[in-house]
Amino acid sequence: MSAPLTSLDRPNSYIGRAVPRPNAKRLLAGRGRYVTDIRLPRMLHAAFLRSSHAHARIISIDAEAARALPGVHLVATGPDLAKICTPWTGTLDHFKGMTSEPQLPLPLERVVWAGQAVVAVVAESRALAEDALELISVDYEELPAVVDLDAARQSGAERVNPAVGSNICFRAQLDSGGVDDAFASALHVIEQDFSFGRHTPVTLEPRAIIADYESESGMLTVHHATQTPYQFQDLYSRHYGIPEARVRVIAPDIGGSFGMKLHVYHEDMAVVGLSMLLGRPVKYVADRIESFVSDIHARDHQVKARMAVDAAGKILAMDVHDVTAIGAFSTYPRTSVVEGNQVIRLIGAPYDFKSYRAALEVVFQNKVQTSQYRAVGHPIACAVTERMVDLAAARVGLDPLAMRANNVIADDAYPTASPTGYKFEALSHQACLERLRRLMDYDALRAEQAELRRRGIHRGIGIATFVEITNPSPAFYGVGGARISSQDGATLSLTPSGEVRCAISVTEQGQGTEAIISQIVADQLGVAQEHVKILTGDTEVTPHGGATWACRGAGIGGETALQAARQLKANILEIAGLILQEQPAALDIVDGQVVGKATQKPRLSVAEIARISYFRSDTLPPGTQAQLTVSHHFAPQGYPFAFTNGIQGCYLEVDVDTGFVKLLKHYVVEDCGRIINPMLVDEQLRGGVVQGLGAALFEECRYGETGQLLNGSLADYLVPMAMEMPDIVIDHVETPTADTILGAKGCGEAGTAAASACVLNAVNDALTTFGASINAIPITPARVLKALNRY
Amino acid sequence: MKARAFSYFRARTIDEALDAAARSGDEARFIAGGQSLVPALALRLQAPRLLIDINHIDDLSGVTREGEWLRIGALTRHCQMLTEPLIAQFAPLLRAAAPYVAHPAIRNRGTLGGSVALADPASEFPAVVLALGAEMEIAGPAGRRRVGADEFFVDLFETALAPGELLVAVHVPLFRANQRIAFDELARRRGDYALVGCGMIATVEQDLIADIRVALFSVGNVPTRARSVEAALAGACLDADRIAAAQAALDGDLAPDDSDDVPAAMRLHLARVLLGRLLGSLLGRLGETA
Ligand SMILES: Cc1cc2nc3c(=O)[nH]c(=O)nc-3n(C[C@H](O)[C@H](O)[C@H](O)COP(=O)(O)OP(=O)(O)OC[C@H]3O[C@@H](n4cnc5c(N)ncnc54)[C@H](O)[C@@H]3O)c2cc1C
Repeated sequence: MSAPLTSLDRPNSYIGRAVPRPNAKRLLAGRGRYVTDIRLPRMLHAAFLRSSHAHARIISIDAEAARALPGVHLVATGPDLAKICTPWTGTLDHFKGMTSEPQLPLPLERVVWAGQAVVAVVAESRALAEDALELISVDYEELPAVVDLDAARQSGAERVNPAVGSNICFRAQLDSGGVDDAFASALHVIEQDFSFGRHTPVTLEPRAIIADYESESGMLTVHHATQTPYQFQDLYSRHYGIPEARVRVIAPDIGGSFGMKLHVYHEDMAVVGLSMLLGRPVKYVADRIESFVSDIHARDHQVKARMAVDAAGKILAMDVHDVTAIGAFSTYPRTSVVEGNQVIRLIGAPYDFKSYRAALEVVFQNKVQTSQYRAVGHPIACAVTERMVDLAAARVGLDPLAMRANNVIADDAYPTASPTGYKFEALSHQACLERLRRLMDYDALRAEQAELRRRGIHRGIGIATFVEITNPSPAFYGVGGARISSQDGATLSLTPSGEVRCAISVTEQGQGTEAIISQIVADQLGVAQEHVKILTGDTEVTPHGGATWACRGAGIGGETALQAARQLKANILEIAGLILQEQPAALDIVDGQVVGKATQKPRLSVAEIARISYFRSDTLPPGTQAQLTVSHHFAPQGYPFAFTNGIQGCYLEVDVDTGFVKLLKHYVVEDCGRIINPMLVDEQLRGGVVQGLGAALFEECRYGETGQLLNGSLADYLVPMAMEMPDIVIDHVETPTADTILGAKGCGEAGTAAASACVLNAVNDALTTFGASINAIPITPARVLKALNRY
Repeated sequence: MKARAFSYFRARTIDEALDAAARSGDEARFIAGGQSLVPALALRLQAPRLLIDINHIDDLSGVTREGEWLRIGALTRHCQMLTEPLIAQFAPLLRAAAPYVAHPAIRNRGTLGGSVALADPASEFPAVVLALGAEMEIAGPAGRRRVGADEFFVDLFETALAPGELLVAVHVPLFRANQRIAFDELARRRGDYALVGCGMIATVEQDLIADIRVALFSVGNVPTRARSVEAALAGACLDADRIAAAQAALDGDLAPDDSDDVPAAMRLHLARVLLGRLLGSLLGRLGETA
């Protein structure tokens, strides 16, 4: 099911071509300019004293010695910042009944997780600020900490917020009807409990911010390692009472974000206030130890699932209960319940069945906040669904791939909807599944597996089908009252020498946003890509827009650029028509030359049009005003989300004596609609898969009984590294969305969505001969050996 | 995290380094490769007033043969274990272990002396030094002395080195043609500290194990010799039964603690598996001529 040919597919089109990113060389050469690299005149440095307790009352803070240390400019505590910053609350209206306590940059009376910032010191250098931290003493009265998820849910449990009656943040329910009947009539009912460990994004560049408040002009400039400069412009403006037009947020080069850098962090808000109190630039860079206890975490879920299946292996119904713990607050402004919400809505999504029931319970705990991280909710939903499908296949006696072929929504069934109400425009599960079968050489792999098993080598094959949410409309945040835009804006100019400058609200964190926008603009205008300059990440330079998250950069930002470029092209051709005495409709632009549409013969260069328009407007017909700058906005309409789909396969070997898992190969077939740059799409998939493999085998934030993070360093928290990663083979099916001209959907989360589910299924496949079963992530050697009763 | 301020002194000779240390008492630290010390400074786990840089002391460098011993200067970098011909020839167990120590960038700076002086119980080289029956050459205010590996590793991060004493060299008995070595570890990721690791050196006479030294790491507070295992193997003909007996004997040698991610029983199990695999590989190489 390849995309029908359109004007986007003509020869030499930049769209669909694997052109390298213009940024890559610069970053590789060490010429990146990250927030950490920026040094402003009179800049000071902040450091934070952090709570050693998971839950405690602050009795008193003695900071006299710190204040007296030479080089220290300010020691600030909760009340100092509360005077100038209004509190924020991480709830949204469309999550009915959710609650969360108001938050401030620094706490007034209680600390609620170990690692929470309590006191800020601003000094001449970071080292001096840290010296001062050692001189501060905080007197705490320890309170009982809510650490264990089950304990947190008991009535009469200790409470994260003693002022309210329970630790429940939010509850939701879905019921399509008919579930009990379906289970009662089913031949097979499969039941399984799952647990998913907390993990954290671990970006290469940590969080970093410089706030620079000029009291004279009332102007706040923030250099911020974030995905979403506009969102922060709005928040700094509203919480510090500075008019929006006087707040400028600049996101320079960003070293990865994965959703982590679009949440409000207490330290970041504090730094803005500290700069306002001092009237000087203040820098704060989280070090790795701080990152582990203050960056958002994600994925802490316990799921109970049931699936009803008939004699032929047809899925009839699913019934799931998801409990997730989110820390002491719901994160602002996107909340901490989106993950759970997506888990219950995505479970079962690839499959054709009618009866679905789900319950979600979101619970507070004395731990760092969880929130949106790459593939929000997808890996949990996918692992639960796909493991259940494998268990069902085993019960019925079907091969896992055949089981999926029998149950995925047919490619000719669209448009349709999931039992949870998600509307699907067009997906390609069947095509992807067939493609994967060939890509893996599935039957040969099964034969090899059987042969090796006879020799005592235990290999496993895992399959996982997935659906991914991309291109969100206002249904995602806007309807809930969040000032988070689902539209993007671009301003495109033809420069006097005939080059193009595009300032656009989508942002770049290393994934190649700027590369694909330049491809689209160059393609649509008919100019060389190297003549297109893209500007992103500065609220003073580009129109307001949603920026880059939830796989919206290509689909929404790309369409914005496409439509803007078409407008600019029309304006250029209008001038060309006047100069050449031609109908604009008879002209086109190819390789920077205006050509006759019919003849394709060059008539006039775009550079010449620019020269005449800018410097010799007197030679144009009277009354002509050349419009060589256009601004254009685009918001998705039609489907509330552009769903994508795909399937992954995994081949691995389990050492049954040590419990170690060796990944041998990973396969992805994915359909993200129109592919703008195949190389970048493949990079996104590989990077995403690696994050999913990390989750599957390595990553987990482990807490002790008193709520202390036990492995908060890169020596103890294991991220996936090159030596352990398999080759990742990728193939594509292209089903463009008809909602846009471009037809692109997102691809940034597809790799992460299903990789851990694949590994879970493959490990279980390898262990079938032992009758062992694992339903927890990460799959550590300890869990494998335990399942095998080896110690 | 940024280190607390400290003074820096670059020593040119062993005596200069010892003098500087003597004058500063507990407030000074020697710095060699800095691969363990610098992170500790940055995390403010340590905050010495003075760093004494020993990287420019010629007498701490070099690998030389001295009679029946190989003298390996304390400043010998981890990466040199992989490239130094004398080490390949006379201390192959060190060479076998080196690829498992951290990553190339760290191996370029980290030193054998630093690793042995630090005595991290999860480190490869201290266990190898123990298996080899090496002797540590120590210089201090009272002069030079040599301490055998069995006495050198005292407790967690504690060795026979007194404060202000400098490890000058590690002396290793020359490898002989009738010896066989084996080394391996179980680490979650390449280059990580291992969940358990083991190095061994056996002396073979007429297909019998005349003598064997087996040392494990990541199994307790210090690198640990498996003496019951050694006793179970000494003088024996190696076969599957003997390997099983040696594995069973390991329980008497190790008493690991539970850690938050590795229960004691699991670590013991992994040690047994690793020991079995290493002895199995030794079995295949007993008859080889070196
Ligand atoms: C990311 C990372 C991963 C690592 N992984 C491993 C690993 O897998 N296995 C492993 O074994 N190690 C590992 N290391 C540690 C590394 O091998 C260190 O280099 C080594 O442990 C110490 O050697 P150094 O020369 O760097 O010592 P330094 O850091 O300079 O010093 C360490 C300590 O020894 C003292 N010291 C140093 N030299 C002498 C001397 N001659 N006499 C007396 N005292 C001395 C110092 O005063 C200090 O207290 C890792 C390190 C890093 C940063």
